[in-house]
Amino acid sequence: MLAFIIRRVGQAVIVLFTVGLVAFAIFRFMGDPVENMLGQEATVADRAALIERLGLNDPIPIQYLRFVGGALQGEFGISYRLGRPVSELIVERLPATLELAMVSALFALAFGVMLGVYTGIRRDGFLANVIMSSSLIGVSLPTFLIGILLIWIFAVEFGWLPSFGRGETVTLFGFWESVLFTVSGLKSLILPAITLGLYQMTLIMRLVRSEMLEVLRTDYIRFARARGLRRQAIYFTHALKNTLVPVITVTGLQLGSIIAFAIITETVFQWPGVGLLFINAISFVDIPVMAAYLLLVGAVFVTINLIVDLLYFAIDPRVRFDSPGKGA
Amino acid sequence: MSDSAREQAAQTPEIAAEPGWLKDKWARFLDSDIYYSFKRSPVTIVAFTLVVLLMLGALVGPWIAPQNPHDPAQLNLMDGFTAPFAENQFTGNFYLLGTDDQGRDLFSAILYGLRISLIVGIVSVLFAGVLGVTLGLVAGFFGGWIDTLIMRIADIQLTFPSILIAMLIYGVARGLVPVDMRDEAAIYILIVSIGLSEWVQFARTVRGATLVEREKEYVQAARLIGLGRGPIMLRHVLPNVMGPVLVIATIGLALAIIAEATLSFLGVGAPPTQPSLGTLIRIGQDFLFSGEWWIILFPSMTLLVLALSVNLLGDWLRDVLNPKLR
Repeated sequence: MLAFIIRRVGQAVIVLFTVGLVAFAIFRFMGDPVENMLGQEATVADRAALIERLGLNDPIPIQYLRFVGGALQGEFGISYRLGRPVSELIVERLPATLELAMVSALFALAFGVMLGVYTGIRRDGFLANVIMSSSLIGVSLPTFLIGILLIWIFAVEFGWLPSFGRGETVTLFGFWESVLFTVSGLKSLILPAITLGLYQMTLIMRLVRSEMLEVLRTDYIRFARARGLRRQAIYFTHALKNTLVPVITVTGLQLGSIIAFAIITETVFQWPGVGLLFINAISFVDIPVMAAYLLLVGAVFVTINLIVDLLYFAIDPRVRFDSPGKGA
Repeated sequence: MSDSAREQAAQTPEIAAEPGWLKDKWARFLDSDIYYSFKRSPVTIVAFTLVVLLMLGALVGPWIAPQNPHDPAQLNLMDGFTAPFAENQFTGNFYLLGTDDQGRDLFSAILYGLRISLIVGIVSVLFAGVLGVTLGLVAGFFGGWIDTLIMRIADIQLTFPSILIAMLIYGVARGLVPVDMRDEAAIYILIVSIGLSEWVQFARTVRGATLVEREKEYVQAARLIGLGRGPIMLRHVLPNVMGPVLVIATIGLALAIIAEATLSFLGVGAPPTQPSLGTLIRIGQDFLFSGEWWIILFPSMTLLVLALSVNLLGDWLRDVLNPKLR
């Protein structure tokens, strides 16, 4: 058990180290930080002073360590485009992205499991077939087209929901701008959350369905039926429970994708989160923001993967005993 | 019979059949499992027809398009916002799918955009395929530290969604190109970034297949007659691992087309001077609120039909080539 955890954490550290190296390489070698920070009228002495102050003459490994040290303390430098500390920008915009991602993931999980169970039980039903076919289109539809379609229907044609922005926000804990507690905020959250979660929903639905079909074929379900258990009890207590291990894994892993795809949703809906910040940084080659975003997303992904692996380990005893050379 | 006589006997009919070689192949194709399964799947036939039509449209686009949408001399501002399937109320000009704000014919713009989308999609999949197959073959065949290195990189890359990788590479590559060349280089940067974001699938599959093939007797036999590693890899192992590669390439094409459209839609893809379908959709989004729905609808439909058809083809191919499902 301990060996598994240590190996897994070790892998995570290696991945993070690599991501950090890439972020540092982007930060240090792309473009000229001195050129970007000084105006055109800077003298050679100014340049030398800034180079000295930024420590650009130090050996590269020391610069890397300093970069990582700074990043750990939330220091990512100053945005070339906005002229403000990157950490400030990210703290300002992170709540918007996190709220969007969480609501989308909940939406995907709830509806995905529900529809998956339904289509699994009513395998040949008409409605189940309709759901399955439309899910195929849902998978092929690029995220931004789903967003535009929803805007067209619900914002332009019916005018029920806002098409951009976050609506009114409430400030929590002094810095967290939340939309979860105002009517206009919640209304403006609906469309982006569906857009972002739809793909994951279809994924979870298909997974739950195929797992359900597999489980329903097993002997213990037949036995439960023979014992005369109620159908709900069979479907939900016995069948669904045994499909949940892969569902948890996929949901966990997809959480990272949700945060990445938030970039697209945020652009479509002009949702002021970190994704929009990143896209603007790419267009304007705003390197400190790009490097910081990379580090942030890297850390999120590695953490999620690690947690999912450890959870898997905790839930599924087979993982524990299959691995050779060590007991539980 | 001596060896040389047998060889000659084997060769004679082949030489005689030389003119009918193509016919022979065609007959074999018509008799194959693939064609049989194709014939029996109406969805696949429709998808295939649509893909062929769209590719043809992209190929001959500049010759069949009513106008060159990127030549300002051919645009008439009076024709702006002409509705589809109707004549313009001022000039009386007819545009099949309507025009945008500058009087640009949407049908022509879509044909030109389709060209960019398909070129970027196909070339980036080819790039990803060549890179992935090569690395996978090398990793699987040689093993050892080189295998570990390649697969570790693949694992790390696989931790992140490919669209994010593509964006990042796009951003980095853009930063490396001089400012005044960024628009011209955009298409190439796009190809490289999508290609580099999708090679992992190829590499992993090919590596897995190579590990299996490597141990088979024909490889040992080839080794025994003194063939080097290079020829064994290229002439003997490679053809035997190409089946799954075809499937990944087809599905990868759909993914690449969507990735390109997404990047262009976000404004970090094809430049405004060479708009792809994604760029057209990006432009069209501005007119959604003012009621000119056709500017965004038709490019979106084209993209959707293209991506969906290629996806369906890929799914079908995967089922046909999967021996477990036979």
